[in-house]
Amino acid sequence: MIEISDLSCVFPGRAGPVAALEGIGLRVREHEFVAVIGRSGCGKSTLLRLIAGLIPATGGEVKVAGEPVTGPRPDVSLMFQRPALLPWRTVLGNVLLPVEFLGRSKAAHLGRARELLRVAGLEGFERRLPHELSGGMQQRVALCRSLICEPKVMLMDEPFSALDALTREELSAELQRIRAESAATVVLVTHSIEEAVLLADRVVLLSPRPGRVREIVEIDVPRPRSLGRDAHAERLAGYGAKLRSLLAEPLGDRAGDRVGDQAGERPGERAGERAGARSDERAGGQVPGSSGEPTGRNAR
Amino acid sequence: MRVWVLPMIGAALAVAAWWLATVAFGIAPYVLPAPPDVLAVFGLHGGYLLDQTWVTLVETLQGYALAVVAGVLIAVLIATFRIVEESVYPLLIAVNAVPKVAVAPILVVWMGFGQLPKVVMVFLVCFFPIVISTATGLRSTPAEFVELSRSLRASWWRTFLQVRFPHALPQIFVGLKVAISLAVIGAVIGEFVGAQAGLGYVIVQSGASADTALAFAAMVLLGAMSIALFYVLVAIERLLLPWARETTA
Repeated sequence: MIEISDLSCVFPGRAGPVAALEGIGLRVREHEFVAVIGRSGCGKSTLLRLIAGLIPATGGEVKVAGEPVTGPRPDVSLMFQRPALLPWRTVLGNVLLPVEFLGRSKAAHLGRARELLRVAGLEGFERRLPHELSGGMQQRVALCRSLICEPKVMLMDEPFSALDALTREELSAELQRIRAESAATVVLVTHSIEEAVLLADRVVLLSPRPGRVREIVEIDVPRPRSLGRDAHAERLAGYGAKLRSLLAEPLGDRAGDRVGDQAGERPGERAGERAGARSDERAGGQVPGSSGEPTGRNAR
Repeated sequence: MRVWVLPMIGAALAVAAWWLATVAFGIAPYVLPAPPDVLAVFGLHGGYLLDQTWVTLVETLQGYALAVVAGVLIAVLIATFRIVEESVYPLLIAVNAVPKVAVAPILVVWMGFGQLPKVVMVFLVCFFPIVISTATGLRSTPAEFVELSRSLRASWWRTFLQVRFPHALPQIFVGLKVAISLAVIGAVIGEFVGAQAGLGYVIVQSGASADTALAFAAMVLLGAMSIALFYVLVAIERLLLPWARETTA
């Protein structure tokens, strides 16, 4: 459904161009759920916006449903960290926003909108304004909104990160449920390892500055999954631990031999960024524990 | 209830203090008239004062309406085109820094003794806060709203009408409220120079005949007009933007 080949994105920065992504290659199958995970500033959100056609790539190509992405597509929906509901529109009005903006028939989608809201547990809230709802409920409305036009691809940018832990789990469970019924392919950007393991078929690890695909881990656990009492809890935890060690890797790797690079890793200290990125790349080739497992595969 | 009672009590206390001062210090009415003197003026010249109030009100509303239309338009251009912002902003600030009192006689030279220079004066006074607040509001659209709109392939026009502008409305109303209280002042400044009618003209005339009570009566009417106009705006804001008060602390 999504084909990304040798994708790179360079932003003009104040101190010269900054490479946000470099040589990204990834194929996402139809109906697959892919989580993209990495430290902040590794270009996760940039990758999502490139797939969405919101920003142009400086190199390489993104194809959605076989067509090169040149701009936003009506069959690709977006969800953000914040609900981004228009505060002057009712819940129903917000869910119907894509219908209206894409110039489709409102009457034809009204029933679906009500049904989505019912499934999301928001029945009876159709006429309320967003500020009358809790943060979790607002994000549910945003989820309904991104589903209303039956998208082929759903792009989610840390959609649960602004919520409290309980609501987050609740929404993750809900997303799994809705996923099972929807035909959409999902790319979820997150910095939560639990969330990635819980929801994704495959987890893509990005290394920072410039963002590169560091590792792709297949989560081979049957659904529905949950973080609590679950037959597969141990396997899920195992994947979580593996991802955690992979994510922690670059820092630990450098702590021993290159103190200068470690300092450059800290956000805000721009001078050491390039040096840090280079050693990341080097570290990517010698990840301990990844070679023997059937899941560790590099995309390129 | 509380909304009405407390301001009334405040006003009553102020009037009482004023009255007490005139009696206690034996102040002559031509220096500071007591409340009954001012009331008497309303009895004597009620119809005349009402006519003058109407004149000032019309000037105020005309100038204000012009400022709203022109201010919002300029602000849209400023918020949309960097070139307009960079070339127009400094000029706007400079024009706003010119004391409007200094401009009043020039306006009379250009436009004569009729209503027009007063309307223009109101316009000049109101224009700036409306432009600033509208431009600020239009530029404060959250990034997600813009991305959402773009991802739904909305045109510039649709994004503006359905996202940017409604989102800017609470900010715009801040400017509108500042402007409406300045508007009445602008009309009076205009009427101080070369006018034949209006409450400002009444105040100037009363100075010539040392009829301080008349000047006070005119000021009371100006104050009432300001308050009324301000609260009309507040009411419109509440009606139009019920969400705005709830989403901010």
